[in-house]
Amino acid sequence: MNINEITSWIVSFLILVGSLLSLLSAFGILRLPDVYTRSHAATKAATLGVICILSGAFLYFWVFQGYVSARLLLGILFVFVTAPVAGHLICRAAYRSKVPLWEKSVQDDLKKVLTKEDYQHQAEN
Amino acid sequence: MPFQILLNLLIAFVWMFLNNSWAANTFIAGYLIGLGLIFLLRRFIPTPFYLKKLWAILALILLFLKELILSNFAVMKLILQPKLTMKPGIIALPTELTRDWEISTLACLITLTPGTVTVDLSLEGDVLYIHAMDIQDAEEVIAQIKNTFEKAILEVSR
Repeated sequence: MNINEITSWIVSFLILVGSLLSLLSAFGILRLPDVYTRSHAATKAATLGVICILSGAFLYFWVFQGYVSARLLLGILFVFVTAPVAGHLICRAAYRSKVPLWEKSVQDDLKKVLTKEDYQHQAEN
Repeated sequence: MPFQILLNLLIAFVWMFLNNSWAANTFIAGYLIGLGLIFLLRRFIPTPFYLKKLWAILALILLFLKELILSNFAVMKLILQPKLTMKPGIIALPTELTRDWEISTLACLITLTPGTVTVDLSLEGDVLYIHAMDIQDAEEVIAQIKNTFEKAILEVSR
């Protein structure tokens, strides 16, 4: 096996895994019961899926065309850094606008703290 | 740490001037010599030797990648189960980290760990509220996060 064959296997593996992960995260968004659990699927699986596909494309252009694309590397970095922040902000906005948790949730430590904060805020105004 | 890196660059440039050669090879040789000199004189610099810190940063990045892959497997398992048997919930996680960048790194790491997403941060910035996908034992989750991530971040910052 020469180097081209090996890399073509690696590239196809990466792209296949990336698209499978994206598909599964779409399933997760359909199946899971509330905003918070859906954001688990959306942040994790979609992030790794996109990163796999981008690194597959990077490897392909590097080995077969001899072109090192710094933009793809930057894209990987940006997706990696911004996706968890987006998930966090959506969750936070949902909680603050009182979107309910799933009925089967067992614990909610934030509830009492947040109401206390709200009272303080009202007292200040 | 920035001071040590600047010092090291300065030594490398002095080495290039001494040799009167401006190739990358000379620069690398000078940089390595500077590294050795700073290592020998580390007693006189108040902060720890900077390669140690660089190593801690690398370890943190590797931890990030490992957790991302593990968390994907965990989420896949939950999604592909025929019945939804998980017990989600929001738990409070007290943290010892104080600086802003430390706390936001911890929040990002938690979001990329198996089955947890950061939902909110208390006003004082000392408690993180995280939504866990499957709470078996809240204490255990907290202890695990504290032992791995907080430690790795503390390695970098102190």
